[in-house]
Amino acid sequence: ATGGYPKRVKVVEVGPRDGLQNEKNVVPTPVKINLINMLSETGLQVIEATSFVSPKWVPQMADHTEVMQGINKLPGISYPVLTPNLKGFQAAVAAGAKEVSIFGAASELFTKKNINCSIEESLERFDEVMKAAREASIPVRGYVSCVLGCPYEGKISAAKVAEVSKKMYSMGCYEISLGDTIGVGTPGSMKEMLTVVMKEVPVGALAVHCHDTYGQALANILVALQMGVSVVDASVAGLGGCPYAQGASGNVATEDLVYMLNGLGIHTGVDLQKLMDTGTFICNALNRRTNSKVSQASCRL
Amino acid sequence: MGTVPSALKHCLSYQHLLKEQLWIAEPPAAAHPAQEPQASGLPEYIKIVEVGPRDGLQNEKVIVPTDTKIELINQLSKTGLPAIEVTSFVSSKWVPQMADHKEVMRGIERHPGVQYPVLTPNLQGFHSAIAAGATEVSVFGAASESFSKMNINCSIEESIEKFEEVTKSARNMNIPVRGYVSCALGCPYEGHVVPDKVAEVSKRLYSMGCYEISLGDTIGVGTPGSMKKMLEAVMKEIPLSALAVHCHDTYGQALANILTAIQMGVAVVDSSVAGLGGCPYAKGATGNVATEDVIYMLNGLGINTGVNLYAVMEAGNFICTALNKKTNSKVAQASFSTGTI
Repeated sequence: ATGGYPKRVKVVEVGPRDGLQNEKNVVPTPVKINLINMLSETGLQVIEATSFVSPKWVPQMADHTEVMQGINKLPGISYPVLTPNLKGFQAAVAAGAKEVSIFGAASELFTKKNINCSIEESLERFDEVMKAAREASIPVRGYVSCVLGCPYEGKISAAKVAEVSKKMYSMGCYEISLGDTIGVGTPGSMKEMLTVVMKEVPVGALAVHCHDTYGQALANILVALQMGVSVVDASVAGLGGCPYAQGASGNVATEDLVYMLNGLGIHTGVDLQKLMDTGTFICNALNRRTNSKVSQASCRL
Repeated sequence: MGTVPSALKHCLSYQHLLKEQLWIAEPPAAAHPAQEPQASGLPEYIKIVEVGPRDGLQNEKVIVPTDTKIELINQLSKTGLPAIEVTSFVSSKWVPQMADHKEVMRGIERHPGVQYPVLTPNLQGFHSAIAAGATEVSVFGAASESFSKMNINCSIEESIEKFEEVTKSARNMNIPVRGYVSCALGCPYEGHVVPDKVAEVSKRLYSMGCYEISLGDTIGVGTPGSMKKMLEAVMKEIPLSALAVHCHDTYGQALANILTAIQMGVAVVDSSVAGLGGCPYAKGATGNVATEDVIYMLNGLGINTGVNLYAVMEAGNFICTALNKKTNSKVAQASFSTGTI
């Protein structure tokens, strides 16, 4: 039986960071800035702007300082940035960042392959960031990767996800975004995982970050909403492929998410038409077709 | 998400993950129990009605030769699918892609335990279908007057009268008839469709003898919100066990809509291998939901379908190659990319 749904959902737009980071083509700084400025006009309240990580690792985000300084920062809109370590945090704050994000994973192997240390060690590295953020009154969002499956370990236990989430929440993250990094989750595994995590972290502090690699994202998000989650990450035009399945899609498209939420009578504050226009803009700049089905279909609207 | 090393192709553990951890494998021996709800409230078994060879191919730009159609259906017959919509006995003037209906019907292998329904828009089509060996037929109504008029040039009432001739003959010959209701969640001409209208048309089709009513979101505009409202209205008139949903993925909502329907107890879902069949009302947009993606979701929910997902992906690969197009199934796309297939 379907439960009730939240009356409002906060949509966290990750296109300019998670999206562009995982696109084949790199876009110039002015295009990124324009993208973020257009997104700022759609009613979105949170737009992940960039990542203060070394360009050696993520060349697509090399212009992080210019982007951060170049965008219009509208009142009432948050522009979080990724900060993998204290150095990145300091650079972010110097560039004007008022919110940051840190990343953990529910898989030891994934953490080892990604940043060559254990989950425990990775979270210790963030202690410094948390301390500095606390002193500067900067809110920190925590991401947990591989919550419904890992490209190296395979199945991931819900208990592990809960453990890492709880740790990051206790460290001071105001919100934990649970990421189905390779999109393998289904409503079954989403429900099971959330049931366990919600015993450790209040549902009001949870978000879901679903990938649509297996077409399951909206169904997974629906189940999360039914369980009381009211923060959902998405990427305009579904930017950002999956690095583990070449040619496959990655992030769920913000347009398709908003279409579903509108149909459920859930308030997001987002203007779907302006969002679609923004998606058209960035897809032209990237010389690619949109991954949003709503956008594809809407020549009829 | 985070700092990720460059693209990992052919990660062996990932393939292992998919094959062993994520149910892309032989399903457990399929007993078909009565629709007892699981602890989760979901049906234990869901019947998948495969509409690719008819609804799918009818809405593809490229027409495939008869042999290819027959080969596709034969491959689908080996996947465990319990029902495969084969063709349409409609005038080739209207639907040239289905002109070879007799040859296809006569040419396919008929596997025991598999139903092979065909569309029959009128009595003439019905007789022709029976002569060609059909043992189950389908009729199409619509919940929108404008759609009915534009599609088959008559009112809903007039179309129902034509179908009554078919169901009457079918009853005399012990041929089961499935009823479709188009535009259940929206109409390309009228826009919003009232749930009570869907219930009314469904009830007419059910009362005239259709054993099952497939509710179609013809232009894919539905969302879990409108699906719920529509089903609540229809379920007042038709028993749950006689209901099916036929969702289009034009706006990416199909799986969420199907999930909503099965949460309400619906246990029959239509889908199309490789998501064959675009939307005739939104150029370039997708249409039918992909069977592979539906099965992936149902497997993940622990719901039995009796269908082997690998085998469906292979049939999908066959027909996409023949049509010279990319699959619309995300599961197939991802599986081919990782080298799982």
